[in-house]
Amino acid sequence: MNNPNIYIPYLMRIEKITQEAPGVKTFRLKFENKQEAEEFEFKAGQFGEYSIVGVGESTFCIASSPTRKGYIECTFRQVGRVTSALASAEEGDVIGFRGPYGNTFPIDEWKGKNLVFIAGGIALPPMRCVIWNALDLRENFEDITIVYGARTVADLVYKHELEEWGNRPDIKLVTTVDPGGETPDWKGEIGFVPSVLEKVAPSAENTIAIVCGPPIMIKFTFPVLEKLGFADHNIYTTLENRMKCGFGKCGRCNVGEKYVCIDGPVFSGEELKLLPAEY
Amino acid sequence: MQIDNYLIRQTSLEKLFNNLIGNGKTVFAPQASEKRILFEKVKAFSEITDNYLVTTNAAKSVVFPRTEKLFSYKKTKETTEITDASTEAVPEVVLWGTRPCDAAAFIPLTDTFNGDYPDILYNNRRGKVYLLSFSCATCDEYCFCTSVNGSPGNTAGSDILFTKLSTGDYLAEVITEKGKKLVAENQTLFEAAPEEEKEPNLAKVKTYFNQDEIQAKLQNLFENPVWDEKSRACLGCGSCAFVCPVCSCFDIQDEKHGSKGTRLRCWDSCGFSLFTLHTSGHNPRETQGARWRQRILHKFLYMPDKSKVAGCVGCGRCSRVCPADINILETVTSI
Ligand SMILES: Cc1cc2nc3c(=O)[nH]c(=O)nc-3n(C[C@H](O)[C@H](O)[C@H](O)COP(=O)(O)OP(=O)(O)OC[C@H]3O[C@@H](n4cnc5c(N)ncnc54)[C@H](O)[C@@H]3O)c2cc1C
Ligand code: SF4
Ligand code: SF4
Ligand code: FES
Repeated sequence: MNNPNIYIPYLMRIEKITQEAPGVKTFRLKFENKQEAEEFEFKAGQFGEYSIVGVGESTFCIASSPTRKGYIECTFRQVGRVTSALASAEEGDVIGFRGPYGNTFPIDEWKGKNLVFIAGGIALPPMRCVIWNALDLRENFEDITIVYGARTVADLVYKHELEEWGNRPDIKLVTTVDPGGETPDWKGEIGFVPSVLEKVAPSAENTIAIVCGPPIMIKFTFPVLEKLGFADHNIYTTLENRMKCGFGKCGRCNVGEKYVCIDGPVFSGEELKLLPAEY
Repeated sequence: MQIDNYLIRQTSLEKLFNNLIGNGKTVFAPQASEKRILFEKVKAFSEITDNYLVTTNAAKSVVFPRTEKLFSYKKTKETTEITDASTEAVPEVVLWGTRPCDAAAFIPLTDTFNGDYPDILYNNRRGKVYLLSFSCATCDEYCFCTSVNGSPGNTAGSDILFTKLSTGDYLAEVITEKGKKLVAENQTLFEAAPEEEKEPNLAKVKTYFNQDEIQAKLQNLFENPVWDEKSRACLGCGSCAFVCPVCSCFDIQDEKHGSKGTRLRCWDSCGFSLFTLHTSGHNPRETQGARWRQRILHKFLYMPDKSKVAGCVGCGRCSRVCPADINILETVTSI
């Protein structure tokens, strides 16, 4: 960030608001300052601090792809005070944004490989960034599979994009909802993400698996991946510890010696196994 | 840097103090109140006490205020205007009467506020601080500086270190450029170095443990009953962190007055149960034992792993202030 005071946010104008699901919104944000817009760069996996001045800051990943220039997007669920204030903002309003922070998905190292994206619930945003990043560089990768699940059909986010991805011949998209969450015309799978993944059974041969979701989903997905033959170093996930500063000073996001805000949020399965259970 | 030694007469200390005030510097020094000795802003030499072991509070608030404005804002119909707090002038501050442990604490504190993201608010303040420390002639059962690479006559971190000699006059060790500048401005007060040795005038602080050994042991101690055992009485009050000269965890909070307001940085503590609590209700550090473990591991493992310097200088403040009599030295030596 070019301001020497690292706590000062960029001013961003909300260009577009999309209601993704009940309580879940996507903001498309444009920099108020032209020069800042031009200089801003980020990579897939990074996050930022989004704020309403007078209320506070909240941590979301950057959900748009770094290949799409001129704006960033975030998708968030209204859960607390800051997210409620953000949810009541309108198109044209100005909000604050600090970032990008954190490490990135090593997408350059994945060239020539198959990619399997496994996401649950509101955890699609961090994945969406890297999915679009991969799709915009489609020729760099072999097969791309997306397994995405939510509690109910209404809770699925990015419905338009899911439709688009579903129609593309170069992507295998599998969507699922928890038992009881289906609607009469639901054509996807019914079942929890880990069991649906087991059914889809992507080959582990030359494949990278990217998993994002609530802790419970991650917990049951890792054994499935192991069963399918995925080595720990070919699995990536993101951690979401509570944050304030985003740059390793406020002292609250660490898992053992690793700061999620600096050393993460992206961790490989191999790295995760070395971390204590503090997330 | 080469340390220059001088003698300064007991009677000259007051002159030095008056010159510092006369030069427009703000002086913080130990001041005795009813029950406590606190670092406070002082205007006259007579307000300072030299009858203290260490102050109850740490001197860190001078560089890392308890609440500090990060920026102020004004919301208009069209946009938001932000005014950077780091452009405001900060005063030149003399910390008079810091102990060697207090001065050493500024080293890890400055590390935390730098690295890949230099914190200009901290650095502006730190750049304007002069540390005039006084060696320790006494210690108590809570002191353990010698276990964490310090000593009652340690010069690290100070600009000038004064050691009281048997005559009542002081040895002045001038350690940094800043110290040299002060000496140059007060040349007549600093005389040729005394003959007397420094060592016999220092407290004898027992060495309880070796920091490197503790660091090595902690590598494999994440899952261990010691954390729950030693923190059972902990109230999670956070006092230990607030008085610690190295603790720097903070929260960021907004304050709003109509269409104007400020974003503030406020002291926080890993001992608070809300510190890591997610909005979902999930808490990665569910128990007080997990929080006590974080405090010990951060100071004695993570910080020295990262920057070679431990996050504890052995001042003993946390143990003296703890309402539940939890003693950091006792925890560390039991490992
Ligand atoms: C790397 C990362 C990426 C993330 N990405 C996303 C994403 O893309 N989308 C998404 O929806 N979520 C994401 N999250 C989760 C998201 O940050 C939280 O859900 C959100 O910040 C919580 O909402 P809130 O700020 O409204 O919560 P609140 O609970 O309102 O907290 C707001 C602030 O108020 C203060 N506060 C609140 N309650 C208390 C209290 N009891 N005591 C003291 N202070 C309090 C705290 O300072 C807190 O930061 C991510 C988290 C991380 C770490
Ligand atoms: S942890 Fe306790 S003994 Fe160590 S520096 Fe902090 S207050 Fe002093
Ligand atoms: S001062 Fe004592 S009771 Fe309070 S948080 Fe620290 S260890 Fe716990
Ligand atoms: S968010 Fe402040 S240290 Fe990681």
